[in-house]
Formats: sequence, C-alpha cells, structure tokens
Amino acid sequence: MKYIRQLGIILLFSLAGDVCHGLLPFPIPASIYGMVLLLLALTCKLVKVEDVKQTGDFLVSLLPLLFMVPAVGLMACWEQIQSEILKMILLIAVTTVLTFGVSGLLTKLFHKGGEQDG
Amino acid sequence: MGKWLTGSGFFCIVLSIGAFYTGYACQKKWKKAVLNPILIGAALVMLALWALDIPVEQYRNDCKPLTYLMTPATICLAIAFYEQLQSLRRHLPAIFIGVLGGTLSSLLSVWLLSRALGFDEVLTVSLLPKSVTAAIGVALSEQAGGVGALTTAVISATGIFGNIAGPQLAKLFRLNDPISKGVSFGTASHVIGTSRAMEISQLSGAVSSLSLTLAGLITSVILSWVLA
Repeated sequence: MKYIRQLGIILLFSLAGDVCHGLLPFPIPASIYGMVLLLLALTCKLVKVEDVKQTGDFLVSLLPLLFMVPAVGLMACWEQIQSEILKMILLIAVTTVLTFGVSGLLTKLFHKGGEQDG
Repeated sequence: MGKWLTGSGFFCIVLSIGAFYTGYACQKKWKKAVLNPILIGAALVMLALWALDIPVEQYRNDCKPLTYLMTPATICLAIAFYEQLQSLRRHLPAIFIGVLGGTLSSLLSVWLLSRALGFDEVLTVSLLPKSVTAAIGVALSEQAGGVGALTTAVISATGIFGNIAGPQLAKLFRLNDPISKGVSFGTASHVIGTSRAMEISQLSGAVSSLSLTLAGLITSVILSWVLA
C-alpha cells in the first residue's frame, strides 16, 4: 500500500499542476506548477518527505531515459538545423563559460569566510 | 521485418531502455562525459528505427507511456530540492545570488548571441533554456513555441561541455571554495555538470544539485514573464 499511496500523492500534484496550467494565464508548464506546489506542501509539512520519497526517487531516476525519447525526434528536424550546427556549438560554449563564471564569482563574493576545499 | 515484433506496443519501449542502457554502460566503462547515455541512446534508437523502417511518429506514439511519466517525475525533483534547502540553509543567500546572476547572464547572452548569429525565433526559444535541466527546459521551450527535440540535444551538449570544461573553468575564474564551484556547475550545466561536482566534493555536489533546480525555477519565472 505504501507505493500506491506515494504514487497517489505524486499524481495528485501532477493533476494540480495541470489544473493550475489550465486555469492560470501564465505560460508556465504544468510540471513547474506541480513542483512548486509539492515544495510548498513539504515546507508547510502538509506532505512529509517519507510520504513521497521512494516512489519520487524512482521517478527522478527515470528522467534521463524519459528525455531520450524526445531527443530521437531530432531525426525529424535535422534538415532544419544542420546548417546552423557550428554556430550553435559556438553559442553553447560561449554562454556556458559566461554562466559558469558569473554564477561562481557572484557566489564567492557574497559567501564570506566560507570553508576551504576538502 | 514483420509486424510480429515491431507491432508489439512494448517493442519501442524495450528498444529505448536497451539503447539507453548501452549508452550508460559505455559511459561507465570509459568514464567520459561525451559518452552521454541520452545522446548515445538516441543515436542507437535512430539507427534501429532506420534499419527496421519504423517511422519516428510510430516510435513517439509507442513511447507515450514513458512520456506520460515526465510530469510526475519532474515534480519529484522538489523532494531532493526540499532536503537540500534544509541542509544548506546557512549558505542560501550566497547561492541564491549566484544562481540568479548566472541565470540572468545565461538567458541574456543566449538571446544576444542568437540575434548576432541570425537565428530565427523558434531556434532562439529552443536555445534559451539550454543551461537548465531537461525536465524543466524542454517544457519551457515547448510552451514558448520551441522545438523540444532540439532543446533536449542542446541541453545535453551544454551539460557535457560543463562537465568536461568545469574543473578548468573553476581554475580560470579562481573558484576555490566548494560552494561557489557547486553553484557554477549546477547553474551552468545542470544534472550532467552536477555529476562532476559530486566527484570534486560532496558539498559541491549538494550545492550544485540545489542550484540546478533553483536555476530551473528562476528560468521559468523569467521566461514566462518575458514571453507573456
């Protein structure tokens, strides 16, 4: 019964996410609504971590597999993007270096007296 | 080949898991981030579909049970996030500022570079969430009119780049404490970068994991606000 209960709670938040997505005017995906709602419920102790933990960990461990399915769809849009592929690699490299630097340096600046590397 | 095999509703799912597992085994054996299970798995599936003459539409349709799990699985990222919030409470202000700054510079630089390189609207939107985890990024991209498949590939490439170049970048930017390293890995290169941060130290890994979810949430707020 433990897993049925956990799955039930998780699907309830999925449903709530869908409902929010349908009712509210913002272009936010249902999964983000559901995630924020579950986070709020955990913070307010409406749901305990043990109520969702095992089934949740299992579902999260599936995520890379789940995202392989849409990646296969690249086959269908390959023609459209192959001419831009080098530019895209350039963009990925430049923006990732920038994001890495800005986030790390800002954290370092505001994290005074942090512990050293172990 | 006849329908006796490929006609089964389980065929495409078993094929997907087999391909993904092969990719995972390659990565485990050679320990290279380039051997990303999503990319290798997708390539193997494409090869199999081509060899067996199965249309991509049929593959997508037969894999619907997997796609169905995407929303509940993404929602469950909240559980680990909640646990990390508890344990990293003390460092939260610095982490938040770092992730916010990093996310803003990511979105702004992708947008500006896309403009400079002459990318169209659809391509730009598909690229915008490139630094956040696929669970959040693909949903955001599709919501805004982007191509989910392309976003998945771009997100994987970004993660692999961060995973490989991260340690050198940390040296370049003189990031020598585990907190700022963790924020960098998580904000710039999500889950794939986080696996590298975990090798550096447990604290870096936890901070990176927190940062990637936070970056995803901040990105969704900003994108939905800008694109609304």
